[in-house]
Amino acid sequence: MIAVRTHHGARALIGALAYVEDARGAAMGEVVELRQAGQPPRRGQVIDASDGLTVIQILEEPIGLAPARVAITLTGATAEAPVGRELLGRTLSGVAAPLDDLPPPIGEALRPVWGAPMNPVRRRPPGDFIETGVSAIDGLNTLVRGQKLPVFSGAGLPALELAAQIVEHARAGAGEPFAVVFAAIGITARETRLFVERLRASPARSRTVFYLNEARDPTIEQLMTPRFALAQAEFLAFDAGMHVLVVMADVAHYCETLRQVAAARDEVPGRRGYPGYMYTDLASLFERAGVLHDRPGSLTQLPILTMPDDDITHPVPDLTGYITEGQVVLSRELHGQGVFPPIDVLPSLSRLMNAGIGATKTAPEHRRWADQLYASYARGREARLMATIVGEAGLSDPDRRALTFAADFERELIGQGHARRTIGETIAVGWRLLAALPRDDLERIDDATWARRPGAAP
Amino acid sequence: MTTATVTRVTGTLAEARPLREAGLYELVRVGARGLLGEIIRFKDEIATLQIYEDTTGLAVGAPVIATGAPLTVTLGPGLLGAMLDGVGRPLARLAAASGDFIAPGASAPTLDPARRWAFTATAALGAAVRGGDVLGTVEEQPGFVHRVLVPPGVEGALAALASGDYTVDEPIGRLADGTALTLAQRWPLRRPRPVAERLPADRPVVTGQRVFDLLFPLAEGGAVAVPGGFGTGKTVIEHGLARHADADVVVFVGCGERGNEIAEVVQEFPRLIDPKNGRPVMERTVLVVNTSNMPVVAREASVYLGVTIAEYYRDQGYRVAVMVDSLSRWAEALRDIAARLQEMPGEEGYPTHLASRLGQLYERAGRATAAGAPTRTGAVSLVCAVSPPGGDFSEPVTQASLRVAGGMWALDASLARKRQFPAVDWALSYSLYTDATAAWFADAAGLDWAAVRTRVLALLQRDAELREIAGLLGHEALQDRDRVVIDVARMLHEHLLGQSAYDPIDAACPVAKTGRMAALAVAALDAALAAVERGATIDELELPALRRAYVALRAAPPDAIAARAADVERAIAALEVRR
Ligand SMILES: Nc1ncnc2c1ncn2[C@@H]1O[C@H](COP(=O)(O)OP(=O)(O)O)[C@@H](O)[C@H]1O
Ligand SMILES: [Mg+2]
Repeated sequence: MIAVRTHHGARALIGALAYVEDARGAAMGEVVELRQAGQPPRRGQVIDASDGLTVIQILEEPIGLAPARVAITLTGATAEAPVGRELLGRTLSGVAAPLDDLPPPIGEALRPVWGAPMNPVRRRPPGDFIETGVSAIDGLNTLVRGQKLPVFSGAGLPALELAAQIVEHARAGAGEPFAVVFAAIGITARETRLFVERLRASPARSRTVFYLNEARDPTIEQLMTPRFALAQAEFLAFDAGMHVLVVMADVAHYCETLRQVAAARDEVPGRRGYPGYMYTDLASLFERAGVLHDRPGSLTQLPILTMPDDDITHPVPDLTGYITEGQVVLSRELHGQGVFPPIDVLPSLSRLMNAGIGATKTAPEHRRWADQLYASYARGREARLMATIVGEAGLSDPDRRALTFAADFERELIGQGHARRTIGETIAVGWRLLAALPRDDLERIDDATWARRPGAAP
Repeated sequence: MTTATVTRVTGTLAEARPLREAGLYELVRVGARGLLGEIIRFKDEIATLQIYEDTTGLAVGAPVIATGAPLTVTLGPGLLGAMLDGVGRPLARLAAASGDFIAPGASAPTLDPARRWAFTATAALGAAVRGGDVLGTVEEQPGFVHRVLVPPGVEGALAALASGDYTVDEPIGRLADGTALTLAQRWPLRRPRPVAERLPADRPVVTGQRVFDLLFPLAEGGAVAVPGGFGTGKTVIEHGLARHADADVVVFVGCGERGNEIAEVVQEFPRLIDPKNGRPVMERTVLVVNTSNMPVVAREASVYLGVTIAEYYRDQGYRVAVMVDSLSRWAEALRDIAARLQEMPGEEGYPTHLASRLGQLYERAGRATAAGAPTRTGAVSLVCAVSPPGGDFSEPVTQASLRVAGGMWALDASLARKRQFPAVDWALSYSLYTDATAAWFADAAGLDWAAVRTRVLALLQRDAELREIAGLLGHEALQDRDRVVIDVARMLHEHLLGQSAYDPIDAACPVAKTGRMAALAVAALDAALAAVERGATIDELELPALRRAYVALRAAPPDAIAARAADVERAIAALEVRR
């Protein structure tokens, strides 16, 4: 790439896009500075480099920019993020400018924000159990280090609260270095505060870097915020050997911004107007989770996304679910009943659960225990639906028992409140619930497992 | 070699000028890092290039060098056990060059250029040979004979050929006209390799999954689409087939999906022992990997790469199974490229040539007599996962697949949510291979496979009707003979069609056991219905004991199947004992 060069005037300004003629040597992704007398400096990047019209995406609000007066400088560099351990405890903007009255972070290195794909053969299959203290997760949708497990939420549901609780509880083992990277993407200051306040008293607070692009901040910048956060997280995990939890909220805002940019460029819209490449774009974020051979750290992601209209088939949760290793789905109904955390375990899934459970990790009978809880609860939920039509009396005996089970399950296993449960406690609650059913109703539990359950007659 | 300069870069596409001397689909190297690209369009002096690598930092004015050759794959010994990216670069070698993260511009030959192979010549000197003839053999993996073939289109008198130790590039012989023969040959990815004759399907690929082998079989040389929303079990099915399917060679194409899933395969397959030959499963496997965060354009190539490798082993006379996870990501790559070319979009933004491209791809599956002598028969079977947006099967990729595939294993999100796996929607799924494979199954299981299959489907159908009634009118509306149907069907759903991928015994079921379990379920239903007919009430039947015996049969290791099946027979005979 060639050195810095400045162009005076833009050929066109359309929304957050600037068109510059004859920008020789412009490079894909090149960082651009836009200056104009009486205006704050703005930053942008090249998204279409051409010897004709080069297209620049402006990261801040373009209001007030004048095509005739703006000076556009191509910097000769692509976007890089300062990264390092000294960023822990700091609060930064969505593009790593200081928000905490400290000088701009220098860090230990500068890293390309776009990252590079991990070589799949260098990945270590994730399998280290993370005890989050949440029964619905630890017991039924187990999280492991290096996993990407989003929370699918609905407007007004306590997703951030759940994330904060997980972060607070999911400390690494004694002596193991851990860190939290929080990326606020278009959420409100109130939501950020909620998360921060939950962490305030926790040891996680001083181990956290905040990247904040809140609702009042420039929206295009949201496309960069998770990437600045992930560049830092990758450094902490793979250079500094820490176990890093990345919380990103809200992926739905990110996707809206993506859509907005695509529309501004007159791109062919995909489902509900989101661009066809949204899957690939989201994958370039989520696939940055993982663990590597011969490196001690790990990068685990807990993205939060609000399902528009609580619709899990909406493109944002749908494409996310196709990329992530499962999802934790919140339920408006459980929330309404005062169940916390209001996790609906049926549509929830952890694809890496099997690697993280078992005799040496959680409990030897964990798999069958979970399978049976799922089966009985699913039967109870079906029975509940059926009972709305035929009444409880119209149910078969096993269905009626499952109905009672489902209610107990939601109240006792899921609805643990804010207390932390060890995995042992979670497993015990599950067995207690199952013990209320006759043996013949427990089809997924074999005799050997049944005989080994806690409290079984020896 | 022609050189030109980049005039435009946008995402995965670039434009360059002048490239008049180059040809369509010729490979190019772009920029200082030498990014791999391909010419996909010429228009008004300008060549459009699709770039197989990340273009961040690529600048207008960067040099473009045309290589004079199209995108080809190198075929030869050393493919088995290999892990390649979408354009055929070995991932381990990329890691050695650029570390844990993939840097653009790296190049590495598909086959290890330094490795020597012991070649045994079998063709006679002086003989007239032509494309497909066997020149000799190499033991590619312990016990696996790699047949070295005359490349398609090449023919002449064999002037020299000698046994010995060779690298893949060294001449092992030559034709009278001087054409050098080597262990490796090149083939353009997108072109099907020729065969002598296509053959109809006559036997299944045993999947080890009861629901497929019994109800929706895959034929050798057949093609099946596996559509399902996220989390419905597509990948678990594809991985299970890669582990257990009775094929000589398995090609697994991880197309635009997760890195951690590949890591699992890479860790597990070298340790997993194939019971048929006692060798690690990895030795019969070729992995082609282009995860969702790797360049989109290479995603499109990866599927062709996998199928071409499969055809190459088919031509050697092997039964090859190809798993693609997921074909939708391949189609999306087509869409992405078409959109950037500003082609007129068809349905849901896919290019109008989607269906024809997809048809051509599925057509590369098949059983065939290979070209050349001696006579060999081989097959490429294809199982493609499809990822419909929102789990809605009316979308273009699912629909276009169904027009050309011989079967559909439809996965259902509501079953997956209940953790009823494999979450196969038996009412929606189908296979056009049931008749062609029934005789083989009947022979292998020693029972009337087609008849048992029909009975099982009828039971499932009846159960669905009855449950609908119960859902409307209440359980009370059912008579005991209906309740018996529901009870046995429940056992069938849970333990015959249900199969855990994580249980070492249950993960793959032998054909004989599948047949036995199905026949016993049917026998149990008949016995229970007969008892009700004789006046027994459902509460008087020992159905729980039957279920326990059936569960034990499902869990039985191979040496205990006969004994556990006998237990189930006894439980059936004793159904009426309570009376
Ligand atoms: N045969 C099976 N046995 C047990 N669990 C299964 C089976 N198939 C799928 N699952 C469960 O479903 C999850 C999702 O399956 P996966 O194949 O990854 O879905 P998809 O590829 O369709 O998104 C798995 O992680 C596993 O927990
Ligand atoms: Mg999958």
